[in-house]
Amino acid sequence: MDFGPYLLLAALEGLVTAAVLALTALGLSLVFGVMRIVNVAHGEFFMLGAVLAWGFTSLLTGHPALGFALAMIGSPLIVGAIAWLAERLVLRRLHYDPEATIVATIGLLYIIQQLALSVYGPEARPVTAPVTFRIQFPWFGYAGYKLLVVGVSILFLLATWFVIARTRIGLIMRATQYDRETAQAFAIPVDRVYAGVFAAGAMLAAMAAVLIVPIQQAHYLMGLDPLLLSFIVVIIGGLGSLKGTVFAALLIGMSDGMISVFFSPTLAKILATLLVALVLVYRPQGLFGEVAQ
Amino acid sequence: MTDPSQVSRVDPLGGLTRRRLLTGLGAVAGLAAGRRWAPRWGGAAQAATSAPIKIGFQAHRTGIGAAYGRWYERVTHAAVKFINAGGGIAGRPVELITEDDGTDPKRGAEVVEKMATQHHVDVTFGTLFSHVVVGSAPRAGELKMPYFVVSEGYHVASTKLNRYVFQPGITDVRSQVMSMAPWVSNHLGKKVTMIFPDYAFGHDHRDFFATAMAAHGGEVIEKIAIPPTERSFAKYLPKIPRQTDVLYHVMVGPGVLTFVKELGEFFGSKHPEIFGFIDSLEAVDIATPGLEFLEGSYFWEAHPRYMSADAPESETFYRDAVGVNHEGASVSDPKDISTYSHMFGCWETLFVLKEAIEASGYQSPTPADKQKLMEAVEAMTTFEAGREHPQGDKIFNGKLHQSFGHQYISKVEGAKLKPVHRTAIEDGLYEPAGDYTTQSF
Repeated sequence: MDFGPYLLLAALEGLVTAAVLALTALGLSLVFGVMRIVNVAHGEFFMLGAVLAWGFTSLLTGHPALGFALAMIGSPLIVGAIAWLAERLVLRRLHYDPEATIVATIGLLYIIQQLALSVYGPEARPVTAPVTFRIQFPWFGYAGYKLLVVGVSILFLLATWFVIARTRIGLIMRATQYDRETAQAFAIPVDRVYAGVFAAGAMLAAMAAVLIVPIQQAHYLMGLDPLLLSFIVVIIGGLGSLKGTVFAALLIGMSDGMISVFFSPTLAKILATLLVALVLVYRPQGLFGEVAQ
Repeated sequence: MTDPSQVSRVDPLGGLTRRRLLTGLGAVAGLAAGRRWAPRWGGAAQAATSAPIKIGFQAHRTGIGAAYGRWYERVTHAAVKFINAGGGIAGRPVELITEDDGTDPKRGAEVVEKMATQHHVDVTFGTLFSHVVVGSAPRAGELKMPYFVVSEGYHVASTKLNRYVFQPGITDVRSQVMSMAPWVSNHLGKKVTMIFPDYAFGHDHRDFFATAMAAHGGEVIEKIAIPPTERSFAKYLPKIPRQTDVLYHVMVGPGVLTFVKELGEFFGSKHPEIFGFIDSLEAVDIATPGLEFLEGSYFWEAHPRYMSADAPESETFYRDAVGVNHEGASVSDPKDISTYSHMFGCWETLFVLKEAIEASGYQSPTPADKQKLMEAVEAMTTFEAGREHPQGDKIFNGKLHQSFGHQYISKVEGAKLKPVHRTAIEDGLYEPAGDYTTQSF
């Protein structure tokens, strides 16, 4: 294939990866930014979102878009509820201690993964895409659904930005992130904000998973990759920075697409990890992160 | 202590104690037929002991091999049930001890060890994924544990493993791809692009198919290796050269459906001839939306998923026993597609084992008895088609510990697979790379 079309395909693939990655990583970044805890179980919330999407779509017969719409609403809600419960039962009792919560979320990772294995089983199960049209370029064809994924992800990202930057809830979250004690002194229910943010972070991962599951299949081990990539993205972008997360997701997603196509997927992973190391050495707060006060 | 959730047993009477009624009504019918047919093996040669023969089953219950593992387990249970109903092995009932290896080489080696040191099984059996076989085989050799794999990989026949490893139930990849090459070259085209998973199993495809194509006037013009953990495939497809006549694909793991779908999205209706190994769609319904482009393409099959009208009695019997309908799906759930081109290997291996134990006078897992058992397997030369070998007749090379059988090429017609060619066993024979029988026990 000629260079131009080759590049186009690589860019499209990179864009899909970046869009979904941005949503997932945003959840991780949000939780860290506000609560200052590293949620190692984030990938499992992603996996739960995908598995539940399979559950919802197999509930409904008829047009696949109906089941998908149900999954798009139901799956993040359930995942959010589970995350909220985990926050109340585990993280709060650890007083959000940074080290303890890492260990606790590792435990959570295994509990969720093994529960999914026990209940859902070890199979990879497909979810039918809500739309099945195919775009025929002169050189190759591309699934229309994948472009839809990019579009919907951008909408979700904008909505998240709007909530954080333009609403009262966002203001409260930002206040809590900026200075927990002062926020509490101004009668902000920090405790409830934490629970809400943890649930919201998990819901973002679940939304990303519902979007991706018609492309990949739902499988109980699918949480690892998004977790690792999300970590890479938030480290590069700066933990807690929305702008940085989106930028780094684009960078990682696009470079993964391009380098995988033109060289090898292993090289793409090597370079991403190298970039993380460089950022950690020369700019530990990330490209867009602010130095902690 | 043994974790009860990890172990399932089949009681000597043939009733399944733990597994759900996996074979369904068909199995009951099959069992009844089996009772009438099966000779009373135990009758003539009265065994000195009536303690059960313990077979350790290393199963891919979880991990990336789970779809295969599920069906390997069903077939194995069905075979044990049939063997026990016919009087067991040498008059002794068969007891199956199953351990999950998570499709993981490290856990695979641990499972082999557990079979030897905790369960004290007579043989270990059933591993499929080649990296797990390669990871487990050295431990089996160290523990002097006869290890019967159902893996397809060329690693057994390469004679690079050890004398304790056997693969009598399924033809190896080298033989399979060799027998495909002449037909592909004559009917589909000369210039082939290969897409395969980037590990041992895929490398067997790459190396042996390329050589075989060259021997038949063809040429592999591009080899596209895909990491086995990959979940997105479209980005690899532009590497397919435009002058490709035939696209050869083989893929495994949870991403297989994504792979084939993305292939369809990429090409649409205008594509080169497509020849795939059914591994790319094992446990997947050919009629899945997005796979329409496969219509008219070809697949290798070891054991045709869709039963033909003139299938022998042994085929109907086997399908009934393992609970698979004429379309290759579970009788209890038509959405649950079997791994039909691989799972017969479990069934056939157990009957090879039965024959070897009875011929050798094997009694207990002592070094002398194990040696007798393994020498009995090595002395085997042919397996007749029939209820014990429903996939068809095979020849067995005792020096390579490997069997060789017929292969099929099937065409996708109306979202079903229709066999169009059956290879001769000779098509898949190659010069042996070594001789296990020269190794010491």
